[in-house]
Amino acid sequence: MPDSRFKILTSASTSGPGDAGRTGSWRVERPIIDLSRCTPAKTGKSSCHLCWLYCPDNVVSKTIEPTIDLEYCKGCGICAEECPVKAIEMVSEEEFVKGTEDE
Amino acid sequence: MSEKLIDSGNNAAAMAVQLAAAEVIAAYPITPQTPLTEKLSEVIAAGKMDAEYVAVESEHSALAVCIGAASAGVRAFTATSSNGLLYMSEQLHWAAGSRLPLVMCVVNRGIGAPWSVWNDHQDAMSQRDTGWIQIFAKDHQEIVDMTLKAFRLAELVHIPVMVNYDGYYLSHTYMPFELPEAKAVQEFLPPYDYTHTLDPEKPESLNTVTLPDSRNDIKGIKRPGYMDIRHNLHQEMRQAMELWEEIDADYAQRFGRGGTPILDPYRCEDADFVVVAMGSIANQFHVVVDRLREEEGLKVGVLALQIYRPFPTAKIAAALQNAKGVMVYEKGLSYGNQGALYADLKSALYPYANRPHLHNFIVGLGGRDIPTEDLFQTLKTACLSGDQNAPEQADTPQWIGLQL
Amino acid sequence: MQENQQQMTQIRWHGRGGQGAITAAKVVAEATFKSGYGGVVMAPTFGTERRGAPVSTSLKISREKIYDLSPIRFPDIVVVLDYLILNEVDVTVGLKPGGLLIINSPRPVSEHSFPDFRVAVANVTKLGIEAGLRKGIVNSGIIGALAKASELVDIEMLSQCIAAEFVGRKPQENAKAAQLVYAATQICGPSTGDSNA
Repeated sequence: MPDSRFKILTSASTSGPGDAGRTGSWRVERPIIDLSRCTPAKTGKSSCHLCWLYCPDNVVSKTIEPTIDLEYCKGCGICAEECPVKAIEMVSEEEFVKGTEDE
Repeated sequence: MSEKLIDSGNNAAAMAVQLAAAEVIAAYPITPQTPLTEKLSEVIAAGKMDAEYVAVESEHSALAVCIGAASAGVRAFTATSSNGLLYMSEQLHWAAGSRLPLVMCVVNRGIGAPWSVWNDHQDAMSQRDTGWIQIFAKDHQEIVDMTLKAFRLAELVHIPVMVNYDGYYLSHTYMPFELPEAKAVQEFLPPYDYTHTLDPEKPESLNTVTLPDSRNDIKGIKRPGYMDIRHNLHQEMRQAMELWEEIDADYAQRFGRGGTPILDPYRCEDADFVVVAMGSIANQFHVVVDRLREEEGLKVGVLALQIYRPFPTAKIAAALQNAKGVMVYEKGLSYGNQGALYADLKSALYPYANRPHLHNFIVGLGGRDIPTEDLFQTLKTACLSGDQNAPEQADTPQWIGLQL
Repeated sequence: MQENQQQMTQIRWHGRGGQGAITAAKVVAEATFKSGYGGVVMAPTFGTERRGAPVSTSLKISREKIYDLSPIRFPDIVVVLDYLILNEVDVTVGLKPGGLLIINSPRPVSEHSFPDFRVAVANVTKLGIEAGLRKGIVNSGIIGALAKASELVDIEMLSQCIAAEFVGRKPQENAKAAQLVYAATQICGPSTGDSNA
């Protein structure tokens, strides 16, 4: 055990959403999951989940029908790149702005 | 029972590391360090030491392996010399910034180019700003004792410790020393219980890009920025001096040796002139001091500096307060300026009104012989010359034993 | 030039790279340490040794701790593992008047003319073969000559230390070589000045 008089400051970060603040505002493209192609959603089994594994900010849930926390997703697109069945599409955030206006 | 034996300095270091029960040893061979880690690989292969010996392809990898091992909560050790230490340099900073309790023996040797296998201190001096604690042994007994104490210090303050000893003068020379009993060492240095290690169940990233400013982590806890972490390393390295003294006192109580963890004075009590030096040359000065006192009637002493980083600023300034002259003999320098130890010492003495006059001598680079007679003559001249030189001349290092 | 004030016996060993002068000095260091000398320092000169090239080693022996690790300049004893080195190296440099010079040589002591010194000679090469060693193994044998001429340390203790050093490499034969040399060593005192021969 280190001596109690010493603070021993180091740099460590636990993976999880929000380590760099509310990064959802950084996003210019939004990942949209096509559940008709997504392996866990289609099979009902907890398999694949590569999007969860690769997400650098831990914003994808490891659930059947994976979900993405848009509060923190910064839109890097790694999940879309890694998805083996191409179930994730990166859609421009402008589309969602327009969509709101049209309604 | 402790054991008295006669052996080489490298074997003394290997026996101490074995007693310290290091669990991972990773090293790359380089003269004059090689026999130390060769010995460790032999005892591990023979099943006499329960450790993993990792043969690596470079010194950079050797320290990287130790960094990995320590990050996972294992007591790790490496050793090197000269250009091998320089090849490790990047990882030296990394180990210190990561606050890992590593111990490394550096068997001091001159740096190429041109290639030299012989002793000086340039290797260690060139790495003085890496954030490692640096201690210097003067004989085999100190190699053993300092190595054991170094593990304890490293683990209490989480700063890596470099145990330096002179190539050939100590590494390959045979002299007697006492090896403590294994059971007593185990009580002094029990298996280390890390409070924070890599754990697959609790994944985290260590030492990734750390922003200039502090930040709140995912739990909302404030995490330090780069500068805060570095400030803490500096502060706690200064604070480590106190722990080093405490450890020495505990060691002395258990093993009967100690009392001079920071400065080791010889005939300094009434000395008008004090030599300051590190490593085996400080012991060589014992005979010079005796002769100058008896033959010339000069009140001379020698003060061995046992720990160079952190620098014992206040202690050394206090120890030299009553001296008229201080002569710094060193086996390395900051090229284009002067001896690094000399500059440090001068800076420590600056605030004091009665500071002694100072002389700087560069000796023994790349194994150039250091005849005791040369030390006698240069020291005698320096004592008798007083402070008559012009300031810039007085401040210029004198090279001893040049053959130009 | 002033000598160390400490009571000390300084032995300089001359041999050829690969001949085992360092091992011989190490064995004597071990034996003297075990005989009660608290200060024993064996410092090999390293770095330029190549097989066959002349090399030297320092051995300092004292009752008290030795602080000066610098190479020997003024030896009390010089040990030469091969008499042909006498043609290449001035082995007596710094040897104190009346000091001891020990030579492995096939010639009798009378043929080695060093009037200032005590000279001890034995045919270590021949006696090594008689003891059962391969031709050219002289580093164990020469220790017998040192023991006889210097009376620094007991031949029994040396034999034990030789056997321990040469474990797996004919320990008994090596110890026997030293004993044969011990018995055969011829000593001749200095012919000039006051001597301690």
